[in-house]
Amino acid sequence: MSELGTMVFGLVLILAAVGGAALVTWFERRLLGIWQDRYGPNRLGPFGVLQVAADMIKLLTKHDWVPPFSDKMVFIFAPTAIVVAMLLGFTVVPFGPDLYVIDLNIGLLFFLSMTSLAVYSVLLAGLASNNKYALLGGLRSAAQMVSYEVFMGLSLMGVVMLSGSFSLLDIVEAQRDQWFCIPQFLGLYVFLIAGVAESHRLPFDLPEAEHELTAGFHTEYGGMKFAMFMLGEYLGLILISCMIVTLFFGGWLGPWLPPLLWFCIKVFIVICFFILLRAAIPRPRYDQLMSLGWKYMLPLALFNLVVTAVIALAMQGQG
Amino acid sequence: MFKSLTSQLQTMWTILQHTFTKAETVQYPEEMPYLAPRYRGRIVLTNDPDGDERCVACNLCAVACPVDCIALQQGVRDDGRWYPQFFRINFSRCIMCGMCEEACPTNAIQLTPDFEMCEYDRQSMVYEKEHLQIKGTGKYHDYNFYRVAGLAIAGKDKGEAQNESKPIDIKDLLQ
Amino acid sequence: MIEVLFYSASVIALLATILALTRSNAAHALIYLIVSLLAIAVLFFLMGAPFAAALEILIYAGAIMVLFVFVIMMLNLGEVGEAQERGWLSVKSWILPGIMAALLFIELLIALSISSEQTIALTSGVAVPPKEVAMSLFGPYVLAVEIASMLLLAGLVGAYHLGRRFIVRREGVHEGGDS
Repeated sequence: MSELGTMVFGLVLILAAVGGAALVTWFERRLLGIWQDRYGPNRLGPFGVLQVAADMIKLLTKHDWVPPFSDKMVFIFAPTAIVVAMLLGFTVVPFGPDLYVIDLNIGLLFFLSMTSLAVYSVLLAGLASNNKYALLGGLRSAAQMVSYEVFMGLSLMGVVMLSGSFSLLDIVEAQRDQWFCIPQFLGLYVFLIAGVAESHRLPFDLPEAEHELTAGFHTEYGGMKFAMFMLGEYLGLILISCMIVTLFFGGWLGPWLPPLLWFCIKVFIVICFFILLRAAIPRPRYDQLMSLGWKYMLPLALFNLVVTAVIALAMQGQG
Repeated sequence: MFKSLTSQLQTMWTILQHTFTKAETVQYPEEMPYLAPRYRGRIVLTNDPDGDERCVACNLCAVACPVDCIALQQGVRDDGRWYPQFFRINFSRCIMCGMCEEACPTNAIQLTPDFEMCEYDRQSMVYEKEHLQIKGTGKYHDYNFYRVAGLAIAGKDKGEAQNESKPIDIKDLLQ
Repeated sequence: MIEVLFYSASVIALLATILALTRSNAAHALIYLIVSLLAIAVLFFLMGAPFAAALEILIYAGAIMVLFVFVIMMLNLGEVGEAQERGWLSVKSWILPGIMAALLFIELLIALSISSEQTIALTSGVAVPPKEVAMSLFGPYVLAVEIASMLLLAGLVGAYHLGRRFIVRREGVHEGGDS
């Protein structure tokens, strides 16, 4: 693509991602409603879609309050970090054979580093709020993110071995014959759980945990800044879904339909699955989360890594 | 580990099956819920079958009311009937408990299956007698207090009520 | 274009580092340090080492600094800590390290001016793909990698030992014996 084309596409991508995140908030509530035998927001507009607009107007017109006891600069800076990091993460996602902002040869690492930067938003919000609940939420999120990042990266190394590249385009191309969800199902499983923990969504929403910490790290936030946090969370959800599709379900690959449509359908299904997780599974305790991470997920990811390496080497020896 | 995994997958499958169950929600303003005839809602004052008001201003409802939302003033008409000069119910206090209905000796005060009382002004929740009084007899169609009570009013002397024998003249024993 | 990016990133890195040194609030200092690390990652990227840039963000900014902030949060320094930090920023305490750092800087400048041709060759702006990094890591530098991994293993075992001894000692107090 030309430089101008890339810029236009980047702009469209930002708008689409933010709009998509707003739409997912509505979609999630409707879907949760269906699974809990109720309707969800269905009043405003067709199927209640305009609920998004109403929520947005409400959040944007609310009093933008900065608590006097907070660390003001950091307090204002914190919510922007997660949105910026997540939007940057979208740049490496290939939506089609030539629909991407940039094809980095370290695309996968770039994605991992962006999700790892998103933790600062939560952490600094917890620190700057000068509030017990926020601090506890921040502490939890720091420990959760740092531990789950470890095997999030490790679980993806099997994919990298099979495709022989960090570039997401090459990874998708390598799945022409077979999607990586079959040979890498352990990697998929670990990445899925790590992805839920990284985007701190239910069931792993311990940094927020309404029932224990009122609202965790964003207890003191309201209006625009809270909207930024929500936007970041839903952008994270979409980004993780995009990555799962790209890495394990063949990205844009598929018969008959245009590539972008295939990609969107797959991402949609993965998002539905994430919402199902939220509807079905209760939140684990904090120590349970940690022991799940270090005692089960890390060995599983390492096992997957070793087995994949052995098989890849054996295949290389034959071929 | 394996056991908990299968259990969670089972949970997810159960939840997924709920995609096809009907929602329990009643879409209220469009879809009214069924209310029984004896549902305890907005309070009315009823008339007797002859078209006269039933209330005799005995104040029993005001006494029975646990939140003291009923206020009334008794008056006596020329024909000897008692009636409320004013009758006021503050519905922003009323808890729709139905104690007034139980206490009423004349079946005048009755609760109806209507609960939709919303006002922007709190003062509009205070209902006066003309707001409460209805034309009909409510739940009890044939009941007329003055026809069964022993009280003498114009057009009906003592002993002329239903199932009532003539009063005994205690002085005739002396004759 | 690239030059503009390079110099702006360098200026940001320098400024952020100076601010990180002079802030008395530990949390603010750490945030400036993170910004400085990110700017350095941009520099790596521009000089054709995207792998190093990604690792810089992933490991330093994304993991180690998080732990630093974590510790700051646990300590809950507040006003007392800030006053102490301000005390340490007196001329008396930074003049000696400052002179030493200046000497090191001059040495670095001399070294760079001598081997300037080689330096230019090293930062030619050609991107080094991760495969090449891996090849050189497990080719000529395999010994260094192995030594580093041994060191990390030792650190891991040490950390485990420290954590474990704590638990055993508490049990030992209960039984009246010592482990």
